[in-house]
Amino acid sequence: MSRYKSPLLWPVLALLVLLVFNLVATPGFFHLEMRDGRLFGSLIDILNRGTPVLLLSLGMTLVIATGGIDLSVGAVMAIVGAVAACLIARPSGCVLNGIDAHGAVGTIVAISMMAALLCGLFNGFLVSVVGLQPFVATLLLMVAGRGLAQLLTDGQIVIFNHAGFQSLSTGATAGLVNPVWIAVVACVVSSMATHGTSLGQFIRAVGANPKAAFLSGINVQAVKAAAYVACALCAGVAGLIVTADIKGADANNAGLYLELDAILAVCIGGTSLAGGKFSFAGSVIGALVMQTLTTTILTRGVPAEATLVLKAVIVVAVCLLQARQSQAKVVVVKEATT
Amino acid sequence: MRRVFTRERLPIIATATVLVLLYLASGLLFKGFFGPQVFLNLFSDNAFLGIVAVGMTFVILSGGIDLSVGSMVGCSSIMLATLVEKGHWSPLAGIAAVLAFGIVVGLTQGWLIQKFGLPPFLVTLAGLFFCRGFGLSISRESIQIKAPLLTSWSNWSATLPGGSTVPLASFIFVGFILIAAFLAKQTRFGRTVYAIGGSEPSTVLMGLEVARTKTLVYTFSGFASALGGLVFALYTSSGNAVSGTGLELDAIASVVIGGTLLTGGYGSVFGSLLGVLTLGVIQTAIMFQGTLSSWWTKIAIGGLLLVFVLLQRALSVLSPSAKNA
Repeated sequence: MSRYKSPLLWPVLALLVLLVFNLVATPGFFHLEMRDGRLFGSLIDILNRGTPVLLLSLGMTLVIATGGIDLSVGAVMAIVGAVAACLIARPSGCVLNGIDAHGAVGTIVAISMMAALLCGLFNGFLVSVVGLQPFVATLLLMVAGRGLAQLLTDGQIVIFNHAGFQSLSTGATAGLVNPVWIAVVACVVSSMATHGTSLGQFIRAVGANPKAAFLSGINVQAVKAAAYVACALCAGVAGLIVTADIKGADANNAGLYLELDAILAVCIGGTSLAGGKFSFAGSVIGALVMQTLTTTILTRGVPAEATLVLKAVIVVAVCLLQARQSQAKVVVVKEATT
Repeated sequence: MRRVFTRERLPIIATATVLVLLYLASGLLFKGFFGPQVFLNLFSDNAFLGIVAVGMTFVILSGGIDLSVGSMVGCSSIMLATLVEKGHWSPLAGIAAVLAFGIVVGLTQGWLIQKFGLPPFLVTLAGLFFCRGFGLSISRESIQIKAPLLTSWSNWSATLPGGSTVPLASFIFVGFILIAAFLAKQTRFGRTVYAIGGSEPSTVLMGLEVARTKTLVYTFSGFASALGGLVFALYTSSGNAVSGTGLELDAIASVVIGGTLLTGGYGSVFGSLLGVLTLGVIQTAIMFQGTLSSWWTKIAIGGLLLVFVLLQRALSVLSPSAKNA
């Protein structure tokens, strides 16, 4: 155990480097203040803005741990956002107008999350029952999902005013903005469900070797399907937060490219893309690294486009590091090719 | 006589049937759909998608995936526009520079995938970010292309007897398909691509050039998507860094609908042409219909993709070789 290098070493180091850089280069970065009974500051802003990606990366961690991938999370965010916005604003001609949520936040959230649940079941069914490659199965929803969201919103950006629903994103509880609390709850729930439980072991077993897992009596199909459902539910919550934040549903742009951010966060966090190993803590740090990077770039006045180029370079660098550490696989490939 | 209707050919036969049925149904529903110009426009309107899909075909045949193609289209279109309009390069030098850029990006991706054994979808995801970010850093606004040579190219078209016109883009598209089909079926490179997709370890053991071929496949796809971007720039007479968003999905859909197995090893360039035309017919039919909105295209493509993927899956489950494995 003493020679065991924590997989969290690299992501934590990356986060520390970014924070130290900001400590030196960005005045007031660590400044926190109470205003209107809530905390303000760059750090809080990172937590707040980082919540959608953080939620996505929690779900993505589970899916990747079972040896899969979910490309549809961005589209699921758009669908859930569209459902919520339509329930609140009830634009004329919308197919959801038959459902009257009476403006109750609980009902709106519940119905919207039902949409996320359906998306997750669809992905899970295609992957575990039909046996499609995860990449292909979720690509379907990625293509068609935005179309469905646009169908709901009739191609418009549906805007609304609903103080109760908006407080999901803009409200604060006990001095902290609500998204941060949602993120905390999500982290606690997901780690409690998988840390030291048989569920956690099942997920690892399925990801490491589905055949062996099946032979040892694990219901592989159910575990895989559950991972996709959990991932879609996380995406649903992220979609609700984003929708509440912009007070509207933009089916074209809600969650666009966020699936990439989430996968990147999971990768940075040390979860193996081959499946079988996962770390929620790593993914959370990965998501924070992503957001800190974005915020740092923006506060430095570097154009936002540069973030994309930087992210690309980071993905490759992280993967190369992982590839060098993770051993046998590369060696086998090299032996095979040389 | 070899049998025409084999189990392996079922997906492509299904595609051809779907394409013909869709075309006939739309023709019977909408007045003027059978006109020769509508048919010819299928080629010119989808030329950039088709060129990109051809590059993607090779990647998927080898068992990989390239997600960077859409942003490469946007990046190369804005690059050409900037070099020619802002940098006052000669158009030919601009085109050469853009194609070289595509080749370099593709080569880098291929090298990373091959040399370090990284997952293709991850490396090309990074490529997607890189090209989109690079394109947007060049210019956020769309730039109009006014260089006389390029304008004359985008306005040029051959007039067929009967008065219908065929623009340059269609010729590039068809020419590229022919070259690619030759490359796939008649060259050592093409056959190695099929072999890698079938079974990479076996291909290694057979002593074929796996490393070089895998790298070349992504290089070719980078080249194809840069060319697709150039055709797109000619088609719209402008460069725009955000054009081609989501194009990778259309390209993958075309390839899969065209009967290429996503696991690699089986498929054809010709099939991808059928796939592109199928998407084109859907798009045109929805345009002709008038009241259906554009997002129905996405839903229809998604639905069709689902059907074809399920068909592929069913075939591989039912095939005798899978039972023995």
